[in-house]
Amino acid sequence: MSTGVKERRKEKILVLIPAFNEAEQIASVIEEVKREIPEAQVVVVNDGSTDQTEQKALDSGAKVLSHPFNMGYGVALQTGYKYALKYGFDYVLQMDGDGQHDPRYLRILLNKVKEGKADVVIGSRFLGEGGYPIPFLRRMGMRLFGFIAGWLSGQKITDPTSGYQGLGRRAVEFCARDSFPGDYPDADVLVMLHRAGLQTQETPVGMHPNLKGRSMHSGAKPLYYAYKMILTIALNLIRKE
Amino acid sequence: MLFHQKIFAVMASILIMIIVVELVRRRKLREEYSWLWLLTGVIIILLVVWYDPLVFLTHLIGAIAPTTTLFIFGLLFLMLISLHYSIQISKLSRQVKEMAQQLTLLKGQVDGQDDF
Repeated sequence: MSTGVKERRKEKILVLIPAFNEAEQIASVIEEVKREIPEAQVVVVNDGSTDQTEQKALDSGAKVLSHPFNMGYGVALQTGYKYALKYGFDYVLQMDGDGQHDPRYLRILLNKVKEGKADVVIGSRFLGEGGYPIPFLRRMGMRLFGFIAGWLSGQKITDPTSGYQGLGRRAVEFCARDSFPGDYPDADVLVMLHRAGLQTQETPVGMHPNLKGRSMHSGAKPLYYAYKMILTIALNLIRKE
Repeated sequence: MLFHQKIFAVMASILIMIIVVELVRRRKLREEYSWLWLLTGVIIILLVVWYDPLVFLTHLIGAIAPTTTLFIFGLLFLMLISLHYSIQISKLSRQVKEMAQQLTLLKGQVDGQDDF
């Protein structure tokens, strides 16, 4: 890793897009990202897609890292963090590959994280900019875990499930560790970050509803999700690291 | 314990031990896992020929029939083994994840995905 470089160099920015079967959307997402932040390097972590995601992303000029098989959203993110560390990126902006996250807010996330007040800047869809209606139960779940995470980390968190984030180098180093959860990095990560002494901050962003109506939190998963959040948050509190 | 029962128990445990040894010989079972199963077979045989410890244990845990004791400990043993496998699977999953991530990064390097 190039930590020994002394001279002032240009800051390296990575836009990290984890993608699983996003062939329909990925090209337009990458193009918009490149328009918004031309100086950034776009990397798509293809999490074992069975469609044309990899080729579409390559054709759009992104770098593509392909998992040999599907390992989950969190693992895909972490592969990206490891890549960022390996090649000495200073900032990581992460967003979903399905077009839900409006790339127009990337610059805001980047500026916020560059200010250095926070190690992680979270794009929240509940801070004014708004976006789309969310089913009642899910909204309640988000509120609950946002409240718990906020209470435990001593700050207001309105959107704990948001994957639209900007990370500074310290946060990337922390998330590249083994303790980073593979399936749903979420409110538990926020609590972990806080306990590791890293600062988080929210900023309003706009999001679109998922066009395919597919979510990571669908089917019987919400129950497991609630269980996992409670367990990992509780364990993080009693675990010494 | 009835004579029939003794014969059955001894035969069953000998069969288990033969299978285990044969699996190790064919390299289908790693040596480090074989000792547990061999030990199980030995304990069953011991209990058949030397019944007193079982009766003692039965009184100790407050059971009435020695068979109950056998069932309880058999069940406990199986649960512990399952737990052991869960731990192993968790460890293996983590290792597979690490390995796949490293492979992904190396493959990216080979394919020129690191050339900015």
